[in-house]
Amino acid sequence: MLRFTLYRLGHSVLLLFLVSLIGYTILHLAPGGPLSQYALSPGMSQAELNQIAERMGLNRPIPIQYLDWLSSFLVGDWGESFRDGRAVLSVISGHLFATILLVLSSSVISIGLGTLVGVLGATRRYSAWDYLATVGAMIALSIPTFWFGLVAIYVFALRLDWFPSGNMYSIGDESFLDYVHHLVMPSLVLALVNVAIWSRYMRSSMLDVIGQDFVRTAKAKGVSGRRVLYGHVIRNALIPMITLAGIQLPMLLSGALVTETVFTWPGIGRLFLDSLGYNDYPVIMGVLMFTAIFVLLGNLIADILVAIADPRVRLE
Amino acid sequence: MTAAVEQRAASSTGSDWLKSRTVKRFIRHRLAITGVIMISLITFMCVVGPWLLPYNMLEIHIRDRFTPPLTGDYLFGTDEMGRDLAARLFMAGRISLMVGVAAMLLSTLIGTVIGLVAGYFGKVTGTLLMRLTDSFLCFPQVFLLLTLAAFLQPNAFMITLIIAATSWMEVARIVSAEIRSLRERDFVTAAKISGASHTWIMFRELLPNTVGPIIVAATLTVAKAILLEAYVSFLGYGIQPPLPSWGNMLNNAQQFLDTAPWLAIVPGVAITAAVTSFNFIGDGLRDALDARSDMP
Amino acid sequence: MTRVLTVENLNIGFRSEGRELPVVHDVSFTLEAGKTLALVGESGSGKSVTSLGIMRLLPPPPQSRARGKIILHSDEDIDLLSISEARMRRLRGDRIAMIFQEPLTSLNPVYTIGDQIIEAIRSHRAISARKARERAVELIDQVGIPDAAARLTTYPHELSGGMRQRIMIAIALALEPEILIADEPTTALDVTVQAQIIDLLRRLQAETGMAMLFITHDFGVVADIADRTIVMYAGQMVEHGQTEAVLETPLMPYTSGLMRAVPELETAGLNQGELQSIEGFVPNPASLPNGCAFHPRCTHTLSGICDVPPVPFEDAGNGHLVRCKRWQSILENAE
Repeated sequence: MLRFTLYRLGHSVLLLFLVSLIGYTILHLAPGGPLSQYALSPGMSQAELNQIAERMGLNRPIPIQYLDWLSSFLVGDWGESFRDGRAVLSVISGHLFATILLVLSSSVISIGLGTLVGVLGATRRYSAWDYLATVGAMIALSIPTFWFGLVAIYVFALRLDWFPSGNMYSIGDESFLDYVHHLVMPSLVLALVNVAIWSRYMRSSMLDVIGQDFVRTAKAKGVSGRRVLYGHVIRNALIPMITLAGIQLPMLLSGALVTETVFTWPGIGRLFLDSLGYNDYPVIMGVLMFTAIFVLLGNLIADILVAIADPRVRLE
Repeated sequence: MTAAVEQRAASSTGSDWLKSRTVKRFIRHRLAITGVIMISLITFMCVVGPWLLPYNMLEIHIRDRFTPPLTGDYLFGTDEMGRDLAARLFMAGRISLMVGVAAMLLSTLIGTVIGLVAGYFGKVTGTLLMRLTDSFLCFPQVFLLLTLAAFLQPNAFMITLIIAATSWMEVARIVSAEIRSLRERDFVTAAKISGASHTWIMFRELLPNTVGPIIVAATLTVAKAILLEAYVSFLGYGIQPPLPSWGNMLNNAQQFLDTAPWLAIVPGVAITAAVTSFNFIGDGLRDALDARSDMP
Repeated sequence: MTRVLTVENLNIGFRSEGRELPVVHDVSFTLEAGKTLALVGESGSGKSVTSLGIMRLLPPPPQSRARGKIILHSDEDIDLLSISEARMRRLRGDRIAMIFQEPLTSLNPVYTIGDQIIEAIRSHRAISARKARERAVELIDQVGIPDAAARLTTYPHELSGGMRQRIMIAIALALEPEILIADEPTTALDVTVQAQIIDLLRRLQAETGMAMLFITHDFGVVADIADRTIVMYAGQMVEHGQTEAVLETPLMPYTSGLMRAVPELETAGLNQGELQSIEGFVPNPASLPNGCAFHPRCTHTLSGICDVPPVPFEDAGNGHLVRCKRWQSILENAE
């Protein structure tokens, strides 16, 4: 298990290295490159810019510059925001809670609901229900998240007035229930696509397992139908779903960005969009790298969880 | 060379058989046919629609602003400047569908070449390319798209390029996995022994055998590309007005949501219908190309 | 001689494209305590479907349908085809157990073998976990695996194919069933391991007095283990008799054909002539030939006789049954 974890960790470090290369390349794509930070501030002359370039070491060979950037990046020096001069990392962490809250609650909904729909689809295969779930999932996959959010706001906030149309809490309230009240719509909207994906994969994973020899063995042992379903079929069908959860993370974050925009939710996605509006390149870069590392970590955790759930993986 | 030639002859009769069975399965697939009909109708309306409507998409009728759908000559109503929503919708459809299809073609091309090279040259090149693919997958696509769109000049052509540049990874993975499993087959060995070049083996021997999965992935990529264009344009970093796209039509729909909900509903339904069609078709193709198809 | 199971006119059909394809026709036999009956045939002959039909492990109607009688004899006779699924579940694993062809995939990879044996026990008996564990150790020991207590916590993938088949046998024997159905239990194993498993099954049968239904396509194994033998072809029984009688004087040309395809019998002196396989393939159940199902592949076919139904299942003396219209003339010609 330790060896497996170390191997996976090594793999993630390699990926992190590649991710940083991509990030550095994009940073240099920014108009003016790393210098853009200063180029945009008013009253900056070309001579002064050159001086800064010298001071920042931008006239050194690119690999050296990269290593320099990487080493300060690794110790948490991600630059300062153009807007208020705060350290990028602390700007990001200020918006982290809102995103985690949204992503987590929406994941709970989509995993719970998706598993249920998938299991029912597989156990009642070819039934009217199964057909409806299949078609429904494919349509749900095709709905743009932001549009679904708009429709939800129109119906449930503007017409029915059941839920607030945005924000994370009401000013002056901020009770737990107030948070929940604000959370319902965005987390359901964000969950829609993921319920669809999760249910489709769960269904096919279930069907794979139902056909396996060990399920027949369990039945031949006289194990009850319910225990065969829960203890053998679902137990094994969930293993590939852990990997899927890791793979779906980037999509979940993309969805979160859009959902946060529609519901004026103060998370990373909103921060990112606002920073785009202000050409706040250090924050843009920081968020981009942050999401990649978040995904990388998520996949690492998924890999370790799979190894815990499946004894065959531990040996490899 | 004879072995390779024979193999190709055999595989061509094999694929004829496959084709007829595949076509039959596809036609029997109710969802796929629904998708084909839907997308044909949508495409037809986008191509012909603007000529049939009484108004041009840029004509401003300030007195008719916020006309609800099915009022007067306005099929889908008008927007905040009194422009005919139907005319804008169909013109936007041309852009959105074109961006979707073009981005699919480009990203499939990139993905196929990278997957082919990675799968064929296993070892160092292959591993490195696939790790690079993996690391691209670490970035949430919308974040990456917006970053590139913010740095570059966003127009229809550039948006197509950017979408393609961030969507090729899945095809690359599929192709490289297929190629790796095909690489050790007899007909490849035969081609190698007979002295065929790497390029020949990759493009003439291996690639034709991976066409099925590529077509499926490509169809689903059109769906994804249309959605992505909508996302970035909705967020204001995609296709820029006055050129309409389904995404940027929704851009300021949110602020008129209470007074003119059709501004949000109509383009959203169009996006959903187009994306659903491609997803249905992709699903049908997957089942039709897969002998283990499990659709009723 | 105690009969423990009687199968009467078992017919099994699978639903395919809107119609029912018969895959097992009128199969009848009895199992006796302490005795082994072998079901022999090529793949597609209906032997595995017959065994899964007895266990009621085939897909539920309308996907498959079984007709006839499968009677489990005990204090009262129970017709397995007419009892509820809940009652059938209580019999499965307890009174009738089954082991399968693929030991590598027949155990759940995520549970330890101890858990899987204990699950079988506790599905039928309300005993404590500790008692069940003790019984599991005893069973592992009984199937000849050393260091039984330590094996409880190993996972299936840590064991070899032969070991895993021993565990499957331990699971099957956990509740001392009267009947063990073994569906090609040695086919996927190495030859030396095959012999060990056959020996183990014979020893366990002697110890427990259970009846065994042994499904195989290998006459070498039949000679080793079976008291009586049924040869199946295209879902029908085509020969049935004492194993020695069937092996020494096979009356059905299909049986002799199958035997000629087995190398082991050659060395045992039971097989005259050279090793050869039967031309052609088992017919598709959707389009069975008229008359004798084997006649298109048979070297003794006479048209006008073999392709005309019905082909009765005749007694050739001493309870040796054969489904061949020409068995007498073939036998005379051979002599």
